[in-house]
Amino acid sequence: MTQQSATGGSVITDEMRARIGVESEPVAHEVDNTGCRQFARAVGYTDAIYFDEAAAKAKGHRAIVAPYGFLGHPVVVPGQPAGVPEAFRLDIPYKRVLNGGTDIEYMAEVCAGDRLTATTKLTDLTEREGKVGPMLIVNTETAFRNEKGETVAIQRGTAIRY
Amino acid sequence: MAQVYFEDVSEGQEIPKLVQNCDSQRLVLWAAGSGDYYQIHYDKGFAQNTGLPDRITHGALKHALLGRLLDEWAGDGGQVRRVACSYRGMDMIDKDVVCRGVITGKRQENGSNVVDLEVWTEDPDGKKTTPGTAVVELPARS
Repeated sequence: MTQQSATGGSVITDEMRARIGVESEPVAHEVDNTGCRQFARAVGYTDAIYFDEAAAKAKGHRAIVAPYGFLGHPVVVPGQPAGVPEAFRLDIPYKRVLNGGTDIEYMAEVCAGDRLTATTKLTDLTEREGKVGPMLIVNTETAFRNEKGETVAIQRGTAIRY
Repeated sequence: MAQVYFEDVSEGQEIPKLVQNCDSQRLVLWAAGSGDYYQIHYDKGFAQNTGLPDRITHGALKHALLGRLLDEWAGDGGQVRRVACSYRGMDMIDKDVVCRGVITGKRQENGSNVVDLEVWTEDPDGKKTTPGTAVVELPARS
């Protein structure tokens, strides 16, 4: 709670500032049947289109539908570079993190079987004095593209580091 | 539930609310479903060591619940396009999360029937913890 920046002033370095707007390497996200079902169950959906392929197809969907907010899981292989884009790995003195907000915009439906590619960029870094002490607000934007290269969703996130 | 149509909705109208209790099983289900394994959501000692009174409900779960609120309202013919929300207040484990929405406008956009809403979650005392906005497409009767 009494964390202070190393310099006593801003924790935003020129190096961090230079990363704003730089798009990350693409990270593969697999949208699979089990992932859709597990996410839908956690949110409490009962609509069969999120669980059963035949029910989804009967209502005109390509396959089991990925419920709102589920954009697959990043593919992470031990020993290979982690699936965490560099935008999230900032060298800052604050160890704690809170999720400040989420905004997901869809341009097309996502279904099981889709292989998405996510690229993330930092969009803004701001500092604020909060109830918990000095905070760094990290804004990111992740674009999810399908195999045809079409953007199917954009996720904008706000992380609070303190 | 019967399909809701674009012609039938108007500004100021509230949509049916969704109430979900977020107990430890729900938070573990969400951890697995979302891939967010941060311990403040399921390890009481860990949560308290970070200064929290207890485990807290994931912000992203509240976002997804707002998505479900709208998905179930929009029905088979509708489509949730966008939900944006801010996590302003914490919701503690075992509490109800009440998801609500009010229509703020309706418009035509590139041939689609679009409804704008104010959405939010509130705690059992009626305090808004997750304010936001949403965009939903609805089918038309004609």
